[in-house]
Parts: sequence; structure tokens; C-alpha cells
Amino acid sequence: MAEIILKDIEKFFGSAYVIRKLNLTIRHREFVVLLGPSGCGKTTTLRAIAGLEEIDRGDILIDGKPVQGLEAGDRDIAFVFQLFALYPHLTAYENIAFPLRATRESKDNIDKKVRAVARSLQIEHLLDKRPSSLAGGDMQRVAIGRALVRRPKAMLMDEPMGALDAKLREEMRTELKRLHLENEATTVYVTHDQVEAMSMADRIAIMNDGILQQVGTPDEVYHHPANLFVAQFVGSPVINIAPAAIKTKGVALEVGFGDDAAGFDFPQELAAQIKASPAGSGDLTLGIRPEGVLLSHSGGEGFVPSKVHLIEPLGAYDIVDLRFGNTLLRARTKSGFAGKAGENVWARLDPSQTHFFNSKSGDSLHVRLGNGAN
Amino acid sequence: MAQIKFQSVTKKFGSNTALDALSLDVADGEFFVLLGPTGAGKTTALRLIAGLDTPDSGTIEIAGEDVHDRTAAERDVALVFQYYSLYPRYTVRQNLEFPLRSRTRNFTQAEIDQRVDQASKTLRITHLMDRKTDRLSGGEMQRVSIGRAIVREPRAFLMDEPLSNLDAKLREALRSELKELQIRLKATFVFVTHDQVEAMSMGDKVAVLNKGKLVQVGTPWEIYNRPRDLFVASFVGSPSMNLLPGTVSGGECSLFGGAQKLKMPVKSGASHVTVGIRSEDVEVGPDGPVEAVIHDVENHGVEKIVTLRVNDVLLKATVSSKMQTSVDANVRFGLDPDKAHFFDPASGVNLSA
Repeated sequence: MAEIILKDIEKFFGSAYVIRKLNLTIRHREFVVLLGPSGCGKTTTLRAIAGLEEIDRGDILIDGKPVQGLEAGDRDIAFVFQLFALYPHLTAYENIAFPLRATRESKDNIDKKVRAVARSLQIEHLLDKRPSSLAGGDMQRVAIGRALVRRPKAMLMDEPMGALDAKLREEMRTELKRLHLENEATTVYVTHDQVEAMSMADRIAIMNDGILQQVGTPDEVYHHPANLFVAQFVGSPVINIAPAAIKTKGVALEVGFGDDAAGFDFPQELAAQIKASPAGSGDLTLGIRPEGVLLSHSGGEGFVPSKVHLIEPLGAYDIVDLRFGNTLLRARTKSGFAGKAGENVWARLDPSQTHFFNSKSGDSLHVRLGNGAN
Repeated sequence: MAQIKFQSVTKKFGSNTALDALSLDVADGEFFVLLGPTGAGKTTALRLIAGLDTPDSGTIEIAGEDVHDRTAAERDVALVFQYYSLYPRYTVRQNLEFPLRSRTRNFTQAEIDQRVDQASKTLRITHLMDRKTDRLSGGEMQRVSIGRAIVREPRAFLMDEPLSNLDAKLREALRSELKELQIRLKATFVFVTHDQVEAMSMGDKVAVLNKGKLVQVGTPWEIYNRPRDLFVASFVGSPSMNLLPGTVSGGECSLFGGAQKLKMPVKSGASHVTVGIRSEDVEVGPDGPVEAVIHDVENHGVEKIVTLRVNDVLLKATVSSKMQTSVDANVRFGLDPDKAHFFDPASGVNLSA
């Protein structure tokens, strides 16, 4: 239970400016994910909150109190690393009980706490085992148990599932999220995996080059990315991106996607919205997620003819690659929608799911067209 | 151009059986994926084709010829590894020329130029030709490694997790590039991966291996929609297929304490079965026969994956991103009866396949 406020934080490693004026408020009981590629400053930020790393400028407040003067051990924060960092000579039980050894609690009390944590992690049957005889997922559960047993105000996790295989990661996601709901500890979680971030976070803070790019709920960062970096970092398959060439065509607009400009119809109101946007001058880039590219076998109003270039069947759905000149446009379709490469299809861009960005700054114009769901 | 055939190939390392009587048919010009977890034997299989290891028993044929006595070089296949193994002090061009400069090959400079140019165009690395390879990004390095394989014009390409060191976005881009390349070259590709998304999206055929044994071989559609056993069912697809306990009586399978009943498409003497259903075939809606509590909600942008809890049983359902969902709320759902699989809980075998 803690509110964590980062105020104008700056950090240098030598001449490398790794955190640049970072401002972020993590609310009491919130699950916030710091997301970004390697080297973006997310782990450094986490370590600064924990007290494992000093900051050069700015303030870190936990429950309103500046913590720079406090040692890591006095911040009442638990840290879980990617590598399990368990004591190999101690059993799972002893590993979980370890942080309580200095609390002068009775043996009975400690036993109760260890067993309660083990129950919530479903590792009661493993308590007598040593780490070396545990599977990766169980080792990480023990490590999390050790962090939780003190009932810390906040939990900080640095890629805790990075070393686990895909299936286990999927299971642990749900477990961790439930655990968070039950424990009420404010959680800050670092990952480079956008699926993890999207599926677990209350809010995601996306970083790149030490700069906070956007903070928002999973829906906000997915449907309303603040800039090209966020748009491309979040979502799989990756959002389609190409230079946009906007022309007037009667009462409507035609937007070319890519160099060899296949023209897609857009409502006239786009022009006014571009004009009104502070980022709207200069060259524009169009972004549309694969589910915003609508395909048809027969064409129709607003559809542009194309050919299936490649089909990627993913079981639950397919990704169909189209080519417009040199520009790739990927669409998400029902499984089996396109029969084979070379087949004729017609494509349309859903205006309500289309994003426009300033090509130079990368900033979104925040154009909102139609009454699309989002 | 080559078909590759394994006939009952066994390979042991000490007491560990890496491959256990593996038989496989890779057709000429096919994109063939070996899929499995660590220790499945997929890399061993690849090394046996390449001639880097020899089988303890069984035969391997390339283009109809038993290659047992052929050296790695004589087999005329090219390997691409997870790690790029390029010469760091050489330029991209020198790296691409290297395999052609071997003394056993007698190529003229014109022939070398022609092949290198062709490969660099195919891989879109023409602008990088004079750069040293240690100045390249990961994706560029992997393209150059593939280029080194292409210039040799081998009979088959063998690839061992070539995309796994790349970041997610690049992996996605290279996935379609590789597939396109294979189509263009009309070459035989044997591609090893533990990533089921790669296998599904690129393979013409996917062979699923586990503990040295072939579990199933089929098109991506077949292994996703007709998994032969519980291993394939849960290994392929994300999220994993839901596996639920069911009791059978009178040709009907009952789940969730009788709240949902499914007609069994097959006769089975078993009284208990494991019912498999994918998250997209779990339909959440007010008319569903089963009541559940929402245990967890994962936002995936384009859709949500909801974990439902019925007593102690958890299962996942894919729902529209627009659906209002909140943790601990009550919802109703049902399973699409046409999409359910029935497995023998003891042997794991799919009873309907």
C-alpha cells in the first residue's frame, strides 16, 4: 500500500543520459508496467525506486516522503529479479522465511506467514525442496513468495518471467495478476514484452531512450498511441506504417498508402482535423493496425483491388500480407479467409481505426474519424 | 532441389536418446518446420541432415540417395544458425563471397559477383555491401548469414532457430521475408524452432517432436485443428487449449457438474475424458449454459482474453475488446460443441482424430 511519485528524475551513467526528466505517479495499489526496449531506462528507474541506484536529480516520494536518504532495506519495498536469486543451500521454506529472520517474530507466526504465502502461490507441497530440484516456474514462485512474505508496501519486479518458457509465462501472468489483487501491494513491473504489459497492467508507462513516451491504460496506448514509437512498440502483428499522401477527390479525400499510393477513401472531415492539429503541418505518416484493414472477396464502396502476397495462418486467425507497390499492408482476417497467395482481394482502411502522425516528430495528430468503437 | 527422408533414425548421446526411430518425409521445395520444446531432438535431426553428426541406426536420404558416407561438404546443404557466425573484420561482400572462394569450387570472379549481387538483392542488403559486419544490426547480420547460405545455391537450407535472437518486431518482419524467400527460391527449407507462432505462420508442414519422438506431422491447419494428442493440443496455439475434465455416459459428455453437455462424436468406453477447447471457441454471453466468475482479464488490444472460474476449474475465453468485463463479476458461457476435442486422459490420445 503505497503511492510512489517520481518527480523530474534524471540519471547519468558517465556521459550517458539514461533517465531524462521522468515524471510519473504510481497510485496506491496500482499495477504499473514500465515497458520499453533494452537500454530505454526502465530497469534503472525501477532500481532507483528500490534504492539500488542513486538518482542525479529529482525526487522520489513514497507515500509523500522523499526516500533518497533511505537505504534500500528501509524503504519497505520488495524486489523480484529475472534470475531467481534463491539461496541454493536453503529449502523453499527457509528461502521464503529468510526476510523474516530479523523481525523477532515467534516461530509460530513466521510459520503461519510462510504457509499463507505458499498457499496463495500453490507451492505448499514444495516447501521442503531445495531450489536445485525445482522447475523454473516454481523457483520464481518461491522468489515471489520471499518478496511477499514481509507484506511490503510495494513490489518491484524486473522481468520476472524473462527466463520462463512461453506456456509457463502465460500461466504465471494470470497468477501474478490475481496475487496482486489479493495482496494490495502497489506493483511496478518492468518488461520489454508488450503482451505482458498489455495483459497485466492497470497502466503502462512506455519508455524509449530514457524518455517517457506515454502513460496510459492498455486501451489508451493501444488505441490512441501518442506517437509512432508507441504505435509500433505495442501490438502484434506490428501496426502498418507508411507515408500518407492526401488528395481531394470530389466530396471525399483519398489517402495514398505508401509511395505507389493506392488511394483509400477517407471522409472530408479529416482535412479539418489535420489542419486543427498542432502536429498537422508537414509530411504525415499513416498507421493502421491489421484489424483495421478490412478485406473483401468482391470489392464494393471504398475498396481497392489487390492481391494476396502471403498468408500467415495463426490458428485462431490469419494475417494476410498485401503489397501496394513496395509497401506492405497486413490485414487480420478470419482463419481461412484467403485461400492462397496470388488470389484477388479488395482492401479498405477503416477510418475510425486509422492514425495519423507527423513524420518528422512522430507525434500523433489525434485524428478521430467516424464513430468507431474506440 | 532435394527431398529429404528419415527412416527410423535413432541417435543417442550416452544414455540419452536424442532421437528415437524418427521417420520423416520432407518434399522437394517444401517449407518444413521441426517444432518442439527444448530437448525434443529437433536440432539433432538438423545436424544429422547436415552431416555434423551420424545416426546410430536408420538411414537419411537426400534426393533419393543414402548420405551415410557423404561428408558435410558433399551433402550440399547450407546451415543457418541462431548465432550469426560471420567474420567480423570482413565486409558484408567479403562474407558473402567467402563460401564461393573455397578451393574445391573453382568459380570465376564473374560468377561470384553474379551470385553475390543476386543474393544481396534478394535479401535487400545491397546498401550494406561495403560495411564491416560488426557494424550491422542483429536483423542485418542474420540477413547476411542467410545470404551466405543462398550464394552457395545448396540443395536444401537448414535453419536452427535463426530468428530467436532478434527482437519481436524484427522477428515478425523476417518471418514473412524468409517465407517469401523460400517461395521465390523454390528451395527445400528445414526450419527448427520452439516457437509455435513461427511454425504456424511459415510452415507448409509442421512436424511436432517431443522427447526424440515424432508426435504429429501435418499442415498448420491440421496441427491446430486436429491435434493428435494432448501434447500437440497444448503446445500449439496461444493461449493454450483449455483442457477440462468431463464424465461420459450414454454417448454424452458432461462438464461443469452437468451444466454443459456435449454429444460425443466417437464411441468410447472411457468414463472420464479430457475435453479440449480453444479460447476462441468458448462463447461468453447471457444465454450460455454455464455460470462462471471472471478470474482475470487480459487486454490484448485487438481482443481480450478472459480467464473464467467455475468452482476450481479455470478456462480461458477470447472475447471482443469492446466487451465490458470486470474481475470477480459473474458471466455465463458455453462451449462450441463442434469445436470440442475429446482426449483419453491416460494416454493423451485424441479420441476424435
